[in-house]
Amino acid sequence: MNHIKRIFGVLWLALGPAAVMYLIRTAASEIAKKPIVDTKIQWAVFIVVFIPIAVGMMIFGFYALKGEYDSR
Amino acid sequence: MSTPKGIWKIISASSVGTLIEWYDFYIFGSLATVIASQFFPKTNPTAALLSTLATFAAGFLVRPFGALVFGRLGDLIGRKYTFLMTLILMGGSTFAIGLVPGYDHIGFAAPLIVLVLRLIQGLALGGEYGGAATYVAEHSPASRRGYYTSWIQATATLGLFVSLGVILLTRHLLDPDQAKSIAKFNDWGWRIPFLVSLLLVVLSIYIRLKMKESPLFEKLQSEGTVSVNPLKESFGHKANLKMVLLALFGATMGQGVVWYTGQFYAQSFIENVCKVDFDQSRTILLWAILFGSPFFVVFGSWSDRVGRKWIMLTGMLLAVLSYNFLFGQLLRAAEVKNKIELPDIKQVKSTMSYLGHSGNALRTRTTVSYFTDGTQLTETSRDTLYAPDGSPRNLRPDIRQTVRLSSANYWMMVALVFVMIFYVTMVYGPIAAFLVELFPTKIRYTSMSLPYHIGNGVFGGLTPFIATLLTTIYTGNKLVGLMYPVIIASVCLVIGGLYIGHQDEPQGAEL
Repeated sequence: MNHIKRIFGVLWLALGPAAVMYLIRTAASEIAKKPIVDTKIQWAVFIVVFIPIAVGMMIFGFYALKGEYDSR
Repeated sequence: MSTPKGIWKIISASSVGTLIEWYDFYIFGSLATVIASQFFPKTNPTAALLSTLATFAAGFLVRPFGALVFGRLGDLIGRKYTFLMTLILMGGSTFAIGLVPGYDHIGFAAPLIVLVLRLIQGLALGGEYGGAATYVAEHSPASRRGYYTSWIQATATLGLFVSLGVILLTRHLLDPDQAKSIAKFNDWGWRIPFLVSLLLVVLSIYIRLKMKESPLFEKLQSEGTVSVNPLKESFGHKANLKMVLLALFGATMGQGVVWYTGQFYAQSFIENVCKVDFDQSRTILLWAILFGSPFFVVFGSWSDRVGRKWIMLTGMLLAVLSYNFLFGQLLRAAEVKNKIELPDIKQVKSTMSYLGHSGNALRTRTTVSYFTDGTQLTETSRDTLYAPDGSPRNLRPDIRQTVRLSSANYWMMVALVFVMIFYVTMVYGPIAAFLVELFPTKIRYTSMSLPYHIGNGVFGGLTPFIATLLTTIYTGNKLVGLMYPVIIASVCLVIGGLYIGHQDEPQGAEL
């Protein structure tokens, strides 16, 4: 079980930057489609809020990979 | 620990205050359209900007910030005075929103004041929940902690229930003529739910003032072991930070999306996608909440025996597996294309009104169709007829549909939303006990508040927006919005299932 937890750690570690990239690409495309203030603010808030969460997910993945959540 | 009589005093005092805070927070959201017309006219771009900020910032930015500010205070000066402060801030700002003159009277100051008051509301809510949950948990006997804290858990949904109820009642009681009553509500009556808050808050402050500090916090004070820097101890030390991250990604993130999908997105879906009328879309939710709420206590209590983790994760799993089916059934219940129409009693009404002295006119055509099962479809088409002066002529009429459900379909929708609320009670009922047990007393308020408000406020609060956004990007599928809660709850389910172990879930252990 501990082995699986560590392997999944890689997934969580990669999920953070992947989510941010997806968010930024979608934001750029949506703002280009409808460049009004509402769209810009909505996406800016999404990005500002989700970047620290994505960093948190990376730290979580790192801890999982290092075995911090292993059962004793 | 408190005596059985004492604990009920503590639960009722804490729950009433928390319920009022949720009520205050939700009436703004429930009245967003009316408030926007009073304070944030779309014709003024800056006012529209403030409107967007008020909607987004209070829920998603300020709540976690409030969790940090008040969580820190709660771990430094105590639970009692901190969540008394959040109550005063919330009640005061809600009452003040009810008094702010409209944009027509004081211009630009109106949206600015409302924005500031809304931010205070978000800040106060960020501080309230962690305090109430911690306070009740620290008074509860270890073997019944899930049961006693589940009463606090029920308050969020009951706050929504009370806010919907007060709004519906006020909307219909201002005049014997329903149309006039609704017009009065939109004009000034919307202020009543905000003003009512003052009475509730004063009562709650009176009750809370009589409460004592948490015995565990008093013990820390007498031993001189109160945390000096709760923020650093909560998020700067690996041993605690990893539990904060586990709480967020393995529990509160999934709980947040299930909570908001079952209540807010379901109601928005029924009203905006299924086109069910204003009153029915809200009373469906009211009934479902009424039938579903007792299960908060059932699952909270059950978690004392079988553990918190699997009840919460089963709720997420059921939601992931059945959301598409449940929302598909909601769509089907409101569809009229397979129903048999009664053409003989179809009503068509057309009116024409001139728009100023331009010579242009607004034609409104209302068609009411009746179906054999009792369903009623109202289609209102508004079309501008231009005077012959070369003005644009090829604009499409604005067509709106409203469905009045038959009794059978109405109760079918109540049952479907009840199932979603049932999932909410599974993920939410045991979570307060789970969170308080994860962190040590000296930094509990700070440590549990942040993952809760990121999970519930950010992941959950964004559900209606992201789900609606997805339907505007991928227009072919009306259920595509469910991708967001399903993906988030699935990730949370895997993380929770894999990483939350018995050592992280010490139900029944002393705090």
